[in-house]
This record gives sequence, structure tokens and C-alpha cells, in this order.
Amino acid sequence: MATPVKVYGPPVSTAVSRVLACLLEKEVPYQLIPVNMSKGEHKMPEYLKIQPFGQVPAFEDEDISLFESRSICRYICEKYAKQGNKDLYGDGDNPLVKASIDQWLEAEGQSFSPPSSVLVFQLAFAPRMKLKQDQGAIRQNEEKLKKVLDVYEQRLGESQFLAGDKFTLADLSHLPNAHYLVNATDMGELFTSRENVGRWWSEISSRDSWVKVVGMQETA
Amino acid sequence: MTGIKVHGNTLSTAAARVLATLYEKDLEFELVPIDMRAGEHKTEAFLALNPFGQVPAFEDGDLQLFESRAITQYIAHEYAPKGTPLIFPDSKKMAILSVWTEVEAQKFDPAASKLTFELAIKPMLGLVTDFAVVEEFEAKLGIVLDVYETRLGRSKYLGGDCFSLADLHHLPTTHYLMGTQTKKLFECRPNVSAWVADITARPAWKKIVAMRNTH
Repeated sequence: MATPVKVYGPPVSTAVSRVLACLLEKEVPYQLIPVNMSKGEHKMPEYLKIQPFGQVPAFEDEDISLFESRSICRYICEKYAKQGNKDLYGDGDNPLVKASIDQWLEAEGQSFSPPSSVLVFQLAFAPRMKLKQDQGAIRQNEEKLKKVLDVYEQRLGESQFLAGDKFTLADLSHLPNAHYLVNATDMGELFTSRENVGRWWSEISSRDSWVKVVGMQETA
Repeated sequence: MTGIKVHGNTLSTAAARVLATLYEKDLEFELVPIDMRAGEHKTEAFLALNPFGQVPAFEDGDLQLFESRAITQYIAHEYAPKGTPLIFPDSKKMAILSVWTEVEAQKFDPAASKLTFELAIKPMLGLVTDFAVVEEFEAKLGIVLDVYETRLGRSKYLGGDCFSLADLHHLPTTHYLMGTQTKKLFECRPNVSAWVADITARPAWKKIVAMRNTH
């Protein structure tokens, strides 16, 4: 029986939750190791050895140590290709399928993530941390996010999921930020007011894997 | 004939990332110029290739792709036996390479692109550089380069022992920054400085610089 992989960090972290969703989709046993961020554990020398930027998550699988949530997800999909959801990162045979998933995963990382991350921080986390909100940044990033969601609206009118007709890593990667926007801010309307995006959000957020991750976030 | 087309121009950092990959792999391709000053990247014809209205867009026979880092991955895998290897066949080495391509995309590029725009692109367009933004983003880039300095003390290249996509993806913005005040951030870190000198001296990259100078 293989040693469970290790994920370091709290489930409420968007990047950690991205990895957890992937592990659950692939049915890979894991051990979640807490990192006490309020005590600065993520900036201590021991932790910096496995994540030199002092961020969560970090990841270990036997003798390999990784960071950056999207690269951890790709690794999990490649190594555990034959178990769990086999369509998550292509079927191994067709390079065009994988290329499409990479394209939309990059779109998530480059176009969706920057504005949505600012909004999640400003609207969901800053109040909890008693930090002052930057209204200018909120307005600017809301406009950017609207433009991205307009592109998604068109795409999701042509295709059931972003990369094609199957749920893939490209869709999964959006779950963490979108979840907070829809459930913890007033930006949810950006998703629900767009018919195709709303339909897509409803489908991907009701997957068993994501429901479990949300449960972990709520009991943390 | 492979039928590879790149829609864009050599000045675009994202397009240059794809062109560098094609040159490294010794692949024939057609560069279809996109006149951004005329708004060609926002026309319906172009939006059909890249719905975000950004360069580059890419075609290989029936395949159409956008996002430079997805395009380079496709080229590196599909044409693995040709030209310079840009990925690793060993899955563990590939996992490490993937970490550093994400670091470029998520940590290096946001700061480096902002500085490239303020210090290299704005002057070309006759716009005024915002030095407060420059100061803010040079501080952010410095933090990233500190991590690179340590990494490059242990590993010859960012992704591993050999030049790979993880290094290549840095070329376009790094090249611009080395022509600005930001070069000092690279030059004051010995491992980073040596790595920049090495990767920018590659013949494939020099071809792109030469293409820019003839336009």
C-alpha cells in the first residue's frame, strides 16, 4: 500500500483547495498537514525548504517535493492517470485534448485568477482580517472579471465545459475563487446573470469532490 | 509541411515565447502579422482564433490554440524528437520543470510584465512611465529573484540540469528588462546574472532579436 501523499496548508486557502479537489477527483489518498499561518509557520526555515516563496500549498509524494497548485494538479493527473476521473487531464492518447485543457488552464491562471483573486481577498478575506478595502482595486478588477466572464459565456454556449464536453482540470481550477465570489461576496451575480456561465458553475460546484472540499473548509 | 502558423508579431512577449520555441525545435512556420495599432487583434476574424483578443494565436493543421504557455507545451511534446529537447521524458524531472514554469507564470511574469510595460513599452508608445509603479514592482521582482538566486545555486537551469521551457518562458520579458534600469536586479545576483547571459545567448533567441531589428 503506497504512502499517502502529503498536502501542507489549510483547506480555506484557495490554492490548497485546488489541490484537494484534484486529489478527490483522482481518488488519491492524502494526508493534510496543518500549517499555522497565524503563527507565521509558512515563513519559517523548515517550511521554506519545501516552498521557497513561503506560501501554501506544499506537496510531497514519496521522494518528490512540489509547489504551485496547478503544477501539483498536473503531476497528480499524470502519475495517477489510471485511477479516479480519467478525463481530468486528457485521456493520454490525444494530444489535441490535452492541448485544449492546457489552453483553458492557462486562461484560468492568466486571465481569471488575477482579477478574481483580488476580489476574493478584498471582499471575502480583508473584512475578516479587519483590513481596509481598496475600492479602486475592487472596481478595476470587477471590470476585468466581467470581460473574462463574457468570453466564458460565449465559450460555454459552444461547449459544455471549458476545454470540451468533459469536466477537466481547466474547470476544476476555477472552483476555489469562484466559490468564494459566489458564496462570500456580492459578486456572485456576475456568474448567475450569465446563462451559460451560471449553468456551468452550477454543474461544476455540485460535483462530489468540490462539495467535500467545501465541507472541509467549513469545519476547519 | 507541418502547416504551423503563428498570428502575432515579434515585439509581443507572448508571441516571442512561441517563436523561440519553434526556432529551438527547428520547425518551419508562417508568421501572420497582426497589426495591433490598427486593432486587428479585436476583429471578429482574430477573435475566432483567440476569444480574449490577445496575441498570439496558433495553428497546426486543424489544431487552433491560444495562451503562449499552452502552445509551447504542445510544441515541446508533439515535436519532442526534433531540435532542442525542451521537456524531460522522466516524469519526476518533468514534475520539477512544471513547478518552475508555474513560478514563471504566477510569480515572475506579473512583476516582470508590469515593469516591461512601464519601462520598455510605454516609451515606445510615447507614454509616461509611472515610477511609483516601477518601484513597487521592482521590489516584488527582487523577492522572486532572491528565490531564483538560491535555486540557480543548486541547479544549472531553473527547471533542472538542462535548458527547458522553464527557462525559455522568461526570455521575452527578461530581454526587455535588461535594456532598462531593472537590469540591476538581475546583474547584482551572480547566479541569476550568469543564467540570463546563458539563455539570452542562445541562437534561437538571437534570431528573434534579429527579426525585431529588421522591422
